Amino acid sequence: MRRLNIAPVRAALALGMALAIWQSVIWLTGVPRFILPGPGRVGMALWDNAPLLAEHARFTIVNLLTGLAAGVALGVATALNLALSPGARLMLRPMLIFAQAVPVFALAPVLTLWLGYGAASKIVIVMMVIYFPVTSAFFDGLMRLPPQLADMAQMMRATPLRRLFLLQVPHALPAFFSGLRLSVVYAPFAVVIGEWVGSSRGLGYLMLLTNGRGQTELMFAALFVLAGMSLFLFTALEQMAR
Amino acid sequence: MTGLALHGDLWMGADPLIRGLALDMPAGRWSCLLGPSGIGKSTIARLIAGLPGPQRLNGALRTDDGQPLSGRVAMLAQDGQLLPWADLVANVTIGARLRGAPPDIARARALLDLVGLAGLERRRPAALSGGQGQRVALARVLIEDAPVVVLDEPFSALDTATRLAMQDLAARVLAGRTVILITHDPLEALRLAERAWLLGTDGALALALPDSPAPRDYRAPDLLSAQAALLARLQGVAPCDA
Repeated sequence: MRRLNIAPVRAALALGMALAIWQSVIWLTGVPRFILPGPGRVGMALWDNAPLLAEHARFTIVNLLTGLAAGVALGVATALNLALSPGARLMLRPMLIFAQAVPVFALAPVLTLWLGYGAASKIVIVMMVIYFPVTSAFFDGLMRLPPQLADMAQMMRATPLRRLFLLQVPHALPAFFSGLRLSVVYAPFAVVIGEWVGSSRGLGYLMLLTNGRGQTELMFAALFVLAGMSLFLFTALEQMAR
Repeated sequence: MTGLALHGDLWMGADPLIRGLALDMPAGRWSCLLGPSGIGKSTIARLIAGLPGPQRLNGALRTDDGQPLSGRVAMLAQDGQLLPWADLVANVTIGARLRGAPPDIARARALLDLVGLAGLERRRPAALSGGQGQRVALARVLIEDAPVVVLDEPFSALDTATRLAMQDLAARVLAGRTVILITHDPLEALRLAERAWLLGTDGALALALPDSPAPRDYRAPDLLSAQAALLARLQGVAPCDA
């Protein structure tokens, strides 16, 4: 109970401290508000533009979650196939290593060219960012079954499929979650970069637009929504992993 | 009832491990292979259990009932056999599930009770002591109901008092099965064996055992003198005279 109570208190304290430093920087340096607006102004921009922000946030989060789900599903399927079939390992692993060497973010313009300005290009870029770490972490976990358990499967004459789902998958779950945790950090970057490259909706688009128009408060407000979204995603994942 | 006869030279890949093995392990009895680390004791365990590896027997492993051994051997290793993600009941019933058979929960509970773990059925292995963990592994061996049981250094990682208690328990619950106990602990061999061999690179030497029935009291004079003689032989201060 104590720990549960203390964590939010600590978080609130840290947030308060950050806001105080932010405000003092503005008071001390006299930065003009179109360069760096104070927390109060950003808060007001958040409040005043709540419907607008919510609309763009919805576009961004739907793409983020869809890409996440697709990336996880595809990554899990690939890893299971690789673990089950030596033939697939022979064929797919070199391709995976090669594909992993391509910087996914650099593909954003290409994806926009191929898939257009809508949701598809954002979903695909998020999917790709999630897919590789999830596949390789889960696959490594699947292949690292302790020898004693591999012996047991052999002695119990388990079929490859039963061995996979009763021993390898549960053993690989921690590895899977560490891969997912790693990739979930990058997923919001991916969706924003996708929107920067070409979009007419979403928080990334809103940031570019407001930046161009000198609406710095609103740009910061969008940034905050985005940060909150990432934080929520990460915490939800931590809860799931336990 | 299944007795085993293991005759021949044991090879590890291209290297000879033990030459001239002649082990006749009678049905329903405890046969013990005593030897120093690295002599190839576990290799013999893997051979009998039918596990893959670089070992090769230039000779024959026969059963006295003429049936193949495959599927009729259960093994208890030193550690690492438990599933950390599953509770004790699931750990005991994993064999059935790996074979695609319905797990016998009631029998698993009864066996956990038999090995002294009543009330801990819902625990995970991480919440157990080393001795308790081996009790779970022993319950798993029992539920398999195999006529041949290989114990590969089963109690080597336990403290002395726990080891003695586990020896008594194993002797009680495995009575009537063909047990092959592999150990480097002279006292363990002398307490439990009904046949015993000292393994060396030039073959297995039959050991003289006290006449009393196993498990033998470690305070009994005949056991103590047998232990003294065996220790002297292991140290090389007494001639081989079995």
